[in-house]
Amino acid sequence: MSDEAKDKTTGKAENAASGIPAQSDGTQEKSGGTATLTKDAAPGETLLKVTGLQKHFPIKKGLLQRQVGAVRAVDGIDFEVRSGETLGVVGESGCGKSTMGRLITRLLEPTAGTVEFQGKDITHLGVGGMRPMRRDVQMIFQDPYSSLNPRHTIGTIVSAPFKLQGVEPEGGVKKEVQRLLSVVGLNPEHYNRYPHEFSGGQRQRIGIARALALSPKLVVADEPVSALDVSIQAQVVNLLDDLQQELGLTYVIIAHDLSVVRHVSDRIAVMYLGKIMELADRDLLYKSPMHPYTKALMSAVPIPDPARRGAKSERILLKGDVPSPIAPPSGCRFHTRCWKATQVCTTTEPPLKELRPGQQVACHHPENFEDQAPQDVVLLSAAKEAAELVSEDALAESAATSAAVAAEVAETDADADSGAGAGAGAGADADSGAGARADSGAGADVDSGAGTEEPPAQEK
Amino acid sequence: MTEPSKSGAAVGEPTGDAPGSNAFLEVRDLKVHFPTDDGLVKSVDGLSFQLERGKTLGIVGESGSGKSVTSLGIMGLHTAGQYGRRKAQISGEIWLDGTELLSADPDHVRKLRGRQMAMIFQDPLSALHPYYTIGKQIVEAYRIHHDVDKKTARRRAVEMLDRVGIPQPDKRVDSYPHEFSGGMRQRAMIAMSLVNNPELLIADEPTTALDVTVQAQILDLIRDLQKEFGSAVIVITHDLGVVAELADDLLVMYGGRCVERGPAEKVFYEPRHPYTWGLLGSMPRLDRDQQERLIPVKGSPPSLINLPSGCAFNPRCPYADVPKDDVTRTVRPELTEIGSKHWAACHMSQEQRERIWTEEIAPKL
Repeated sequence: MSDEAKDKTTGKAENAASGIPAQSDGTQEKSGGTATLTKDAAPGETLLKVTGLQKHFPIKKGLLQRQVGAVRAVDGIDFEVRSGETLGVVGESGCGKSTMGRLITRLLEPTAGTVEFQGKDITHLGVGGMRPMRRDVQMIFQDPYSSLNPRHTIGTIVSAPFKLQGVEPEGGVKKEVQRLLSVVGLNPEHYNRYPHEFSGGQRQRIGIARALALSPKLVVADEPVSALDVSIQAQVVNLLDDLQQELGLTYVIIAHDLSVVRHVSDRIAVMYLGKIMELADRDLLYKSPMHPYTKALMSAVPIPDPARRGAKSERILLKGDVPSPIAPPSGCRFHTRCWKATQVCTTTEPPLKELRPGQQVACHHPENFEDQAPQDVVLLSAAKEAAELVSEDALAESAATSAAVAAEVAETDADADSGAGAGAGAGADADSGAGARADSGAGADVDSGAGTEEPPAQEK
Repeated sequence: MTEPSKSGAAVGEPTGDAPGSNAFLEVRDLKVHFPTDDGLVKSVDGLSFQLERGKTLGIVGESGSGKSVTSLGIMGLHTAGQYGRRKAQISGEIWLDGTELLSADPDHVRKLRGRQMAMIFQDPLSALHPYYTIGKQIVEAYRIHHDVDKKTARRRAVEMLDRVGIPQPDKRVDSYPHEFSGGMRQRAMIAMSLVNNPELLIADEPTTALDVTVQAQILDLIRDLQKEFGSAVIVITHDLGVVAELADDLLVMYGGRCVERGPAEKVFYEPRHPYTWGLLGSMPRLDRDQQERLIPVKGSPPSLINLPSGCAFNPRCPYADVPKDDVTRTVRPELTEIGSKHWAACHMSQEQRERIWTEEIAPKL
């Protein structure tokens, strides 16, 4: 992000911050209605800002419990969540996405970095300090079976937030709880039932009702639908959608299912080994992913269309498993599995840069864009092995488009002779990859917003 | 409710004259019921299908629709297990390569299990024994069916681990399951089930516990191995993407019964049961443009103890009132052949369904 933009957003955040105390009091007084949520942050303003966030879990060994290492679950991430939007977070298991969710809701204490909510630094607030914030930040958990106390009735569960926060809603707690139950599509008469009397989807709705009880501003949902059946999944996804529109909620939705994330998110962060690899607007990310990891992740999603059965050529298979977060690879963390990795990837960690408006990428050799390190064209031996798993079609397409981008760069930028030359040369080798589809294609897709091309088809 | 196994099949259901006719695997009117304190749980209630060698059948459905119970029934794992002192009640016929399994001698089935039919389970960590090395478990599976010495068996284990893509198989053969990652454990389990070259492989949610990138690796592996060994494969999953990748034929289950069955292309492109429409509509798809809203199936899956009368899907079906005389709530629809090798169980006339699909459902997907 450019400095200018940064200044702007922090400025906005500060403005928002000045309004907090009055606002939260206000909500408390008229908290009779969740629907009458007053928003102090206008849509699009920064609600949550995370800078250099880290969480290292110490590994202790021996009699003296000396620390011998650390699991770097989250290792320096920066992002913002804007008011009214949905930020999707995807990644494989162990990439730190759930830890990230628990850090921003402050269920865990960060090792380093800051978390600002509405301009207020909440990084190291204690339990007491966090309490007023808890009203504004709520969480929906993955497992609707273990996140509800089996010995409490639904009424007790959903009214707990009121009791804890000392809020007396207009018309009484019971009435408000019943209203919440009907908001999430449950029968208000179920007030006195126990969790075991409900199905998985209904339990998840109870969890959502509890999260909404205090009219939060930010809802962090950690895998909200992955434990549910497909048909029920769709019900809950639609419910989250409706609630966002009615109540102006801001969501951070953590999930591993890329199709669900695409459906619900406005912007998407792709995490790998504790780092954000790519953070982009949904359409940009799915139409022209820049990070090779994003591309591989998306190509791996099975498409429910039998005509594509066995269409291996479209798929980028990643070699092996995710490396251990205890000792992550040097430089770019993805270089051990990337088919485009060069020397620079092993030594220099690529910063998360905004390469195109609305698309931040941490890569030296992005797809669908100009190479960031064009001088470095010699592939690592690991990358050559990885490339064997990538279909020739995908490589050829990548090369062709990188040549196109290089040509375009040469046209638009007279000084870029050397860079473009290198890019074109690399493109011909089918090794480098400055991107596919060039700007024209991606631009058109975004403009129309309804391109008929689906992402995997691009590889054809 | 254990009826004696009816020979022959209901109207319109696939019929083979000679038992175990030409199909490699034929299941006829399979019923698996569990007596419980609350009543009889009819997990599978009259299921019939056939499967040829070298082909893949995908079974899809929600949790509790009877997918896994079907597979355990075929493997003969239910009769052995007891559920709270009471055994499962199984009826019907399962013909595997000319042998009827349900009435066969348990010792004979035991010989077939692992050798002629093998299974890949969903959760490799609980399916592998934590106390023994991977190699030892594969060797055991091999030596039960082959009279060979330990050395030969171990060589075979290493060979299989190599085949399923485990790096340094000669070293990893001595690892314990906890030393493997999720994807590697699943590979090891596939190696174990394929060590005897089974002719029938049942994969019960083989990739549900895995990440997409690993899932892609495993799906490719299953496909390659099937080509190589020519096995018949049954893939059980709730993920339509996975079945579309693997299956030639598709069987959609609801409430312990088959509601639609046919070639994968037919079921995906011309589905003729409202539940199949519901499944297709509930799924966000990466290969399509962003839908504004998903079209969920309303309500929740039925209780298997007390299935709704008539069509089990009727309380959730948006078209339950289309057929006249409340027939959906009183009469259970039979599977009827509506096209070449394409069956569906629905009271609506074929024209009605065709019209609803083309006019109302397909445009929204």
